[in-house]
Amino acid sequence: MIVARHKTGLVFFPAFDWAISPTHPEREERLLYTQDQVFEEGLFDIEGISEFKPDLVTVNDVQRVHFCVPDPWSVMTESHFISAGGAKTIGMAVMDKRVERGFALVRPPGHHAMRVVHGSRGFCAVNIEAIMIEFIRAAYKVRRVAVVDTDCHHGDGTQDIYWHDPDTLFISLHQDGRTLYPGTGFTNEIGGPNATGMTINIPLPPHTGDEGFLHVMREAVMPILKEFKPEVVINSAGQDNHFSDPITNMNFSAQGYAALTDMLKPDICVLEGGYSIEGALPYVNVGLILALAGVDYSRVREPAYDPKRIRQPAMVTARIAETCKEVLAIWDQRERLRERAGDPGTLISRERTLFYDTDNIVERQKETVRVCRECGGAWKVDSSSDRRKRILAVHIPRHACRACQQTGYDWFDQAPVTGFDKVFLQDRTKDQFRIKDPQSPGA
Amino acid sequence: MIIGLDVGGTHADVVLLGTEGLVASVKVPTDAGDLFQTVLRGLEEITADVHPETIHRIVLSTTLTTNAIIQGQVPPVGMIVSGGPGIDPALFRTNEHYFTVGGAIDHRGRIVEAVDPRDIKAIAKQLRREGIRQVGVVGKFSVRNPVHEIEIARILGEDFDKIFLGHRVAGSLNFPRRIATTYLNAAVHPVHKQFFIAVQRSLTEKGLSVPIRILKADGGNMQFAASIDFPAQTALSGPAASVMGSLAFAPDEDEALVFDIGGTTTDMAILVNGVPLLDPAGIELGGYKTLIRALETHSIGMGGDSAVRVENGALKIGPERRGPALAYGGPVPTPTDAMFVLEMIRGEGRQAALDGISALGAQLGMTAEAVAEKIFDAACHSIIDAAEAMVARVNSKPVYTVHEMLEGHTVKPRKILVLGGPALYFAHRLEEISGYKVGVIPRWKVANAIGAALARTTCEVTVFADTERGIATAPEENYTENVSSRFSGEEAVQLAYRLLRDKAARLGGTAEAHEVEVVENLQFNMVRGFYTSGKNIRVRVQVKPGLIQDYDPVAGRLTD
Repeated sequence: MIVARHKTGLVFFPAFDWAISPTHPEREERLLYTQDQVFEEGLFDIEGISEFKPDLVTVNDVQRVHFCVPDPWSVMTESHFISAGGAKTIGMAVMDKRVERGFALVRPPGHHAMRVVHGSRGFCAVNIEAIMIEFIRAAYKVRRVAVVDTDCHHGDGTQDIYWHDPDTLFISLHQDGRTLYPGTGFTNEIGGPNATGMTINIPLPPHTGDEGFLHVMREAVMPILKEFKPEVVINSAGQDNHFSDPITNMNFSAQGYAALTDMLKPDICVLEGGYSIEGALPYVNVGLILALAGVDYSRVREPAYDPKRIRQPAMVTARIAETCKEVLAIWDQRERLRERAGDPGTLISRERTLFYDTDNIVERQKETVRVCRECGGAWKVDSSSDRRKRILAVHIPRHACRACQQTGYDWFDQAPVTGFDKVFLQDRTKDQFRIKDPQSPGA
Repeated sequence: MIIGLDVGGTHADVVLLGTEGLVASVKVPTDAGDLFQTVLRGLEEITADVHPETIHRIVLSTTLTTNAIIQGQVPPVGMIVSGGPGIDPALFRTNEHYFTVGGAIDHRGRIVEAVDPRDIKAIAKQLRREGIRQVGVVGKFSVRNPVHEIEIARILGEDFDKIFLGHRVAGSLNFPRRIATTYLNAAVHPVHKQFFIAVQRSLTEKGLSVPIRILKADGGNMQFAASIDFPAQTALSGPAASVMGSLAFAPDEDEALVFDIGGTTTDMAILVNGVPLLDPAGIELGGYKTLIRALETHSIGMGGDSAVRVENGALKIGPERRGPALAYGGPVPTPTDAMFVLEMIRGEGRQAALDGISALGAQLGMTAEAVAEKIFDAACHSIIDAAEAMVARVNSKPVYTVHEMLEGHTVKPRKILVLGGPALYFAHRLEEISGYKVGVIPRWKVANAIGAALARTTCEVTVFADTERGIATAPEENYTENVSSRFSGEEAVQLAYRLLRDKAARLGGTAEAHEVEVVENLQFNMVRGFYTSGKNIRVRVQVKPGLIQDYDPVAGRLTD
């Protein structure tokens, strides 16, 4: 009998009746062969591996993270409530110590979903990791969380959500933004003025293989995590770095993914992308589950695996070593960089345009944050889209100081009656979400 | 008339059913060392005054294969396992002569690596040398493509009594369970075959030539001739017999719990619209997790004879049984003694019961009546709690579609059916505690044998079609056909039904083969690039567990 060294919980929700469109990579068939492989290997029979039925997330859970325009029901499908719910179920199982580690093998994914949601981008509507993290923070008083995003695409949604949060370390390993969607995630994106250095981007050249990924893990990610000392480590476990993935250009293997998991020892994994549904996902997922559970994974191998064909070019190796040095240098200077980022009490603004590729929406944002050394700082986002109307989103962080709480309430109360369709206040000190609808009196 | 026989741990129950209802019933002691004599004696006694020609059906539920597996009383078997990449198949070792070989098939059923015939020949030679007569051959994903299993069997040749192939024992995906199931079938094959040939021969000598049927763990039966290929399916048929015996009295359009309250344990099952729920995985027996279809049952160590004592100032009941109740000359107080004290049961044992319960009362500073009340209450509560936990477990089984997640059926039983020795006394209190309506199964003393007698022939068929590869296959049925790209989900269901009816007939089913249903029906467009390259279809159909169709007039006359 095989026994798991680490008690491991799985939520498996392949959403066999949900697709973005019939031929979209995010379609019914995506986890079919993964299910076949997981069932055939008998993983759920391994002593110490158990399967949980997902809960549905509530609107409150979503609104701890997102400002949905005009409301959550308009941007989410049932499947989003379940996939975020699957992540939440696993989070609870780990926090309640029913299992030591967990993996939410769910779809649709979430790591491209940002704070304000006008629709879907990068196949994502809501950020299922962030919804889970903010739930466990509210329910279990967890503070320091690290998210390591190993999807091939930059986790720009998670980055946006935690941009100003000094308690969340976000590390993304991904194919260089000059060669792949969403085109962001360069080493100079390091977090806002109150959380400088807490966002870490490690762009990797096309054709990065096992050697490169494991080098980054060993030389950069693990030392940084050791210093950050998170209470919980989350892995956004995208599987599209695989050499057979149809929409990316990397050389990672099932063995590599398993070894990465073995090294990272995440408390909770959440499936993100991965679209080589036959050649990669069945094997990567089996390897990942075995590695999480502490069961021998050395014989997991995809049929098309040929180490010679996917060997990482020497130039790539050199380039990765450089990037790691650069990232570590920024990490070491993070205190100084934060001091330079702005003076306490002042307001800093930035403007940007965001594109929702899945739903073809253009959003314009003006974000303002109060620079603060006491807390994550109050911030507001003035957001308008070419499709829907204009909203103001105000956020008061979990451990907000008095001044930032006051600033948040002032912004909310003083928001002009005209000009906005809705004004939202996310007061995390009270775990409250308030909506001002200037067009319906009495709201 | 129909004979039903159920061998239990202490005795075998036998019933004779006719159009007029229960014609006769007998109880004979079980001789665990000689089940053959037990079965024969039971059959002899029940047919003592009966004309052999009037018997048209004989169904046996025995502990033969269960005991053989649990006690390890099986001959050495050769196992040849082809794993391919994944978990090391050596970790699924079932027995001594277990060989892992090369060869690999992927999840679509495509050959990734061939089997090396030289390996198989070498193993065959070794097995022959060691005098092994039964062999099991199992490949990973053999239910997607059995070609390697068939190839290995061909190389093994004619030198063995029986070769069991993994893809024939069950249609579902689970390689380790397929290995265990194939092994158990091979291991119990000789004892099963010898036993029932002997039973059939003895019956023929007495002029009873009707082919015998054997009860399975899923509450259905199959004819002996067909059971040779799946002997392990007859393991753990005992709990199923009792559940089937309760069916005749179950509500047709409601959900109910069945409690079989015995001396040592209470076994429970769930009925939905008169059909018992099946365990989606398969039975676990003797440390083996299998793909053997079974009713969803749960057993707790709580019965009329559970030992009661005071531990750290608190009452503890069960899970073990030390013997009968004090009232019947046993060694320790039991819930049955509590019922004597409360005068729910009247009889001369009351004084012994009262003495034992009073002694517990002295330790707790309570009167004997108060303690008896407490014991009885606790016993009823623990049964209800276990039942509610079982229902919760059934309802929390994962589902894989948005539709099932949001619209899926939730089991909410409203009624409890009880049978077994102490059941009559428990019924009222169980009703008070649970708020469910509690009914006592008529003829509960022989409900198990009645269940065996009236159970229909059950089976299931899995069809897998991959129109890109151009195949439709039902591995268990040894069926493969080439299909066009237009092959549809509806055609797959029709094919599955046709194969199911054939299979049911082969196993001995009659009109009940019409009681069929689709239990799984999934169809996926396979998209490669931007085009649909084919369809991937999975269909599973079954004959629902239930009673034979002509049972109605019989069951109607079974009430006491």
